Amino acid sequence: MTERSIDASRTPLVAMRDISLSFGGIHAVDGASIDLYAGEVMALVGHNGAGKSTLIKILSGALPRDSGTISIRGEAASIANPRDARSYGIETIYQTLALADNVDAAANLFLGRELRTGWGTLDDAAMEAAARNVMGRLNPHFQRFKDPVRALSGGQRQSVAIARAILFNAQILVMDEPTAALGPQEAAQVGALIRKLKSDGIGIFLISHDIHDVFDLADRVCVMKNGRVVGTARIADVTKDEVLGMIILGKCPPGATPGPGAVA
Amino acid sequence: MIVLARLLKSTELDTRLIGMVGALFLIWIVFHVLSGGLFLTPRNLWNLSVQSSSVAIMATGMVLVIVTRNIDLSIGSMLGFIGMVMGVIQAALLPKLLGFEHPATWVLTLLVGLGLGAALGALQGFVIAYLGIPAFIVTLGGLLVWRGAAWWVTSGQTVAPLDATFRLMGGGPEGSIGATWSWVVGVVACVAVVLSLARSRTQRQRFNVPLRPMAAEILVGGLGCAAVLAAVAIANAYPWPIGSVRRYAEAHHIALAGGGLSIAHGIAVPVLIAIGVGVAMSFLATRTRFGRYVYAIGGNPEAAELAGVDTRWVIVKIFMLMGVLAAIAGAVSIARLDAATNSEGTLAELLVIAAAVIGGTSLAGGVGTVPGAMLGAVLMQSLQSGMVLLGVDTPLQNIVVGAVLVFAVGIDTVYRRRAAP
Repeated sequence: MTERSIDASRTPLVAMRDISLSFGGIHAVDGASIDLYAGEVMALVGHNGAGKSTLIKILSGALPRDSGTISIRGEAASIANPRDARSYGIETIYQTLALADNVDAAANLFLGRELRTGWGTLDDAAMEAAARNVMGRLNPHFQRFKDPVRALSGGQRQSVAIARAILFNAQILVMDEPTAALGPQEAAQVGALIRKLKSDGIGIFLISHDIHDVFDLADRVCVMKNGRVVGTARIADVTKDEVLGMIILGKCPPGATPGPGAVA
Repeated sequence: MIVLARLLKSTELDTRLIGMVGALFLIWIVFHVLSGGLFLTPRNLWNLSVQSSSVAIMATGMVLVIVTRNIDLSIGSMLGFIGMVMGVIQAALLPKLLGFEHPATWVLTLLVGLGLGAALGALQGFVIAYLGIPAFIVTLGGLLVWRGAAWWVTSGQTVAPLDATFRLMGGGPEGSIGATWSWVVGVVACVAVVLSLARSRTQRQRFNVPLRPMAAEILVGGLGCAAVLAAVAIANAYPWPIGSVRRYAEAHHIALAGGGLSIAHGIAVPVLIAIGVGVAMSFLATRTRFGRYVYAIGGNPEAAELAGVDTRWVIVKIFMLMGVLAAIAGAVSIARLDAATNSEGTLAELLVIAAAVIGGTSLAGGVGTVPGAMLGAVLMQSLQSGMVLLGVDTPLQNIVVGAVLVFAVGIDTVYRRRAAP
């Protein structure tokens, strides 16, 4: 699996090259490059403020970029807003979940892509049926389809956000701390889901604070520090301590390919 | 008592809305008693319905504006400006081109008015959504600009009289649809109520959602139909004043017998317009993609944007809609007055905002309903016309209306805090 995913002869599903974005004088992302292949999980780790979320938001069209290119399956992609990203099959689960709290689960799942009847009106019944279907897979106990999302628990809200990302046949999935609000059982379910999606050939960016999660789920790991990539490595080639060293000190171990952010 | 409470709960009606209807009836009864039986008469209720229509029409749009965390302070001035333009077109411009009282005059005038409303609204919406200037500031500017523009149209002169057909939009004996058509409207409305209940029941069956008990369905349908038919009966119980009857008899060469002729008003045209607008706006808000986006933006603008909703364009459309509604309300207002004046609609924006807020629209965004706002408009108007009946001085009227606004929103805030999970 991992052997296949870093085979340089294959075209990466996503290739982000020399991406930079600064806010005022602060380089949130500074010349970052990262690849993602089909059927792999690429973990993105680093301290708060390392630039992980910013880099990923550029991919999902939530933030613009100052420079750099994004290619999808080898072709240059122009992603200027979230709609563009979705048209490339990129789905994102944001850390904030990005749910409209005042409407129900089905409305959130289909937000921006509502099903409509032949009359052009909202087909609420069909959307609720689809919502029951997808939520049944993720969180079988979930029954509160009529309540606004505000009334749901943290875990239930997270399930809604995840369900939204997998509902539309995503090719590229971006998960920013997907298990942050979940209990152990639900987190395990998300882990199983990630493995299943991976085996379906979907490429997944996984941002996580939990180093155990990363070693459990990811094929490769990319470490960022101060907006720059410290290094990228196959999980099999590095230890947890080495990854922690990359995160904290910016020191690139022999098993990893150093990036511009690595200290000599 | 417990059985009754359970039945009420099983109807799944919005308790807030029921509370508002209750408050409205309470206000009506209090005014009726205090005025010595003047309030709950067909004549007063009919007038109340006509007086409420202009504010009710605009309140349906203000709900959407406020739900998206914006505000529109300009609609009163916009109403005045568009009203002046429509006045000049039908009283000065079109008679020169088409001849006096041409049958197309009212349509052309109205179309220009609606187009102008959409254009002014789009302009404000564009500045708010794409240039990022707060709606409060943009529409505060609009309040001054459009009021000034209203004056410029004729340098302050009042335009009168208006086209006879256009005038029908304002109500009055001529601008009402009479007893027979009122019953037709009433029966159609009843059929619509029953059909929509039946449709929602089959829809629930299709997706295995628990059904409402049959007793609750019958109660809701029965109450709905009874309310509609009672309203029609009241409108039909208000006969034309004797002067109008005499003119009508002369025009149609009918000999008046000793007791005269009793012609019922029926539902007034502006009320029909308001109801039509209300139904259309309710449909737009709850059944269309646009409405879904409006509420999603109100709940979490960032989430809507990230979900791929073109939030800016939605905001522009909302303000365009608000402009169109101001134009409709303007047409109703000038038609009712049979004159366009540059001060028409002064302070209307505040009444409209108050109506929306009393009707349960939250200024924090995301929450509000069209029927609630229309009910709010009727409630505000009831207070005002009730106080007129009691002979309360205008300054005191304002004091009461202001206090009631704060009181109503205060109660609602406490209610929501308790209801919150």
